[in-house]
Amino acid sequence: MEDLKEKLESSFIVFENQMQGGAKGVIHKKRQEAFERFEALGFPTKRDEEYKYTNVKAHLKGDFRIFPNTETNLEYKDLKEYFVSDIDSYKVVFIDGVYSSWLSETTHDKFDICTFQAMVQKEPALVNKYFDTVLPKKESFSSLNTAFANEGAFIRVKKNQTVDKPIQILFFSTNHDKELMLQPRNLIIVEENAEVEIIERHQSLSDHAVFTNSATEIFAERSSRINYYKIQNDNNEASIVDNTSIAQYAHSNVRIGTFSFGNKFIRNNLNFFIKEEHTESHMDGISIAGDNQFIDHHTLADHKFANCYSDELYKGIYDGKGKGVFNGKVMVHPDAQKTNAFQQNNNILLTDTASIDTKPQLEIYADDVKCSHGCTIGQLDEDALFYLRSRGIGQKEAKALMLFAFANDSLRNVRIPALRKRLNAAIALKLGVNINFEL
Amino acid sequence: MLKINNLHASVEDVEILKGVFLEVKPGEVHAIMGPNGSGKSTLSSVIAGREEYEVTEGGIRFENEDLLELSAEERAHKGIFLSFQYPVEIPGVTVTNFLKTAINESRKGRGLEPMPANEMLKKMREKMALLEMDKGFLSRSLNEGFSGGEKKRNEIFQMAMLEPKLAILDETDSGLDIDALRIVANGVNKLRTKDNATIVITHYQRLLDHIVPDFVHVLHKGKIIKSGTKELALELEDRGYDWLIKESAAV
Repeated sequence: MEDLKEKLESSFIVFENQMQGGAKGVIHKKRQEAFERFEALGFPTKRDEEYKYTNVKAHLKGDFRIFPNTETNLEYKDLKEYFVSDIDSYKVVFIDGVYSSWLSETTHDKFDICTFQAMVQKEPALVNKYFDTVLPKKESFSSLNTAFANEGAFIRVKKNQTVDKPIQILFFSTNHDKELMLQPRNLIIVEENAEVEIIERHQSLSDHAVFTNSATEIFAERSSRINYYKIQNDNNEASIVDNTSIAQYAHSNVRIGTFSFGNKFIRNNLNFFIKEEHTESHMDGISIAGDNQFIDHHTLADHKFANCYSDELYKGIYDGKGKGVFNGKVMVHPDAQKTNAFQQNNNILLTDTASIDTKPQLEIYADDVKCSHGCTIGQLDEDALFYLRSRGIGQKEAKALMLFAFANDSLRNVRIPALRKRLNAAIALKLGVNINFEL
Repeated sequence: MLKINNLHASVEDVEILKGVFLEVKPGEVHAIMGPNGSGKSTLSSVIAGREEYEVTEGGIRFENEDLLELSAEERAHKGIFLSFQYPVEIPGVTVTNFLKTAINESRKGRGLEPMPANEMLKKMREKMALLEMDKGFLSRSLNEGFSGGEKKRNEIFQMAMLEPKLAILDETDSGLDIDALRIVANGVNKLRTKDNATIVITHYQRLLDHIVPDFVHVLHKGKIIKSGTKELALELEDRGYDWLIKESAAV
């Protein structure tokens, strides 16, 4: 573990030296500060309250390559299955951390859909205004990401614009001789009364471990509307820590869906920071962990202003020795009167060896609010199972049907039919059945 | 069609069926009556393949095959259908999706292709008309928030869609008002052919006015203590079960 930290320290010096020009620019200063924060914090251990049930250390062992090789001859046909391919979309695609122009479809027309690097070069003022302003400074992983922030997607939807088709952001990693660490960085700015739909996915094509430490900052300005879908269905050598923080301004509506079926290890740090009144925030998620998979959701709805609404619904299914963690924090500050905050986390354990640690964490300092939370842990209902089987539905299919019925509420905010179909199929595949959950 | 021979079954080491003999031939309707706790529902569950029940002695053959070797779903594929006394509510699974899956899984079990969607829809409409059901019902979650009558109608609707060889109606009349009872019974009667058979399990004679049985059996303490024709049901309605229980104890 210290090995990796030391390696990152020397890599950081190399990285900063490679940066061309303006080494004294704002971004360098922010990176430098972030690295100092990371050095002080170190990687989290189980002694940290936020990582009490999460052993990230085990996944950071290995001789990680910090700067990947960037030669690749991948073509669209090799990668097609990872795109939602039956829709017209903008695409921002990265391979081993490097932007792939031939796989991407970007624009600068009514909105900017391009790369973080392009933004840093062309619009340095944005770095000052937005970069590293919403991710919590006390987070070790997002600080580390900020220190190495170099490439990722940059999206800016200008005032009153609606992006005409969904945007897919894909990060691929290819086969390397050893373990690989990737740190993509996204910046998304949706200006007043603008609207966008985004699908994000990380996919390893490597047989070796890939550890992705991703960070995304989202700015939802007044009356903007954002639907953001995260597909976490990577191979079983892949780990991800996803740090996503959202700043929300008056009358904006942000929906984030996180669909976690794959990976060896998943940790989501999803934070909503409410900056003005009358916002609406949604968090939905489905986690399906098979044997030895680990899926952790840490969410925060930080209500600082009055008259805001937040709602989260996470469903979890754990099989074999699968493990899950859910920690849903809702902070209602003294001035946040008339807050409506709802939270629900329901889980099914399919075996005696599967586990879930679930913790709703509501801190309410205002006195005129409506807040509720609930978490359940259960098993499949044997009576219902027999009922389905007595109608000729096989045991596996009957289980899958019931699990799908249990989980599918959390697809309620998926607005793209092709994506919904994709997710339904991914769930069927994950549950080992060939049934069509569509109506 | 169905041959039950000296069937003994227990649940959690408590013996509930203590030697049941029953033979059902194609085209026949059998009624099984008996007081509460006599083992009626256990018998239907064992035939349908519920795993909590352990058969300790005897056997069941269906069309010359050992039924006890088959899983619940395989029995359904062979043409056995149980109308549940308490149909289970399954939120999130719509009636349509459920039936589509059930029919196509059963077809797969028999080596048939899935039923084309338009054919399925046509059949659903037809059978719904038979049971005087509203079509909004198809998009509702299975049994969720259904009234007692709707649940039972839904059971018979499933039976109509699955076209079983042997249907077991477990207390289908319980909780039904007279109109619902007539609709359900009418549905069952219309589905009768010379090739399929029905076992009606009931506490009361009332349903048997509508679904007229060829044979009536009385189950008590896990055994059939008397068999007769439909007149037996009328006599039971009149005199209750006590005289029969005494009579059988005397023997």
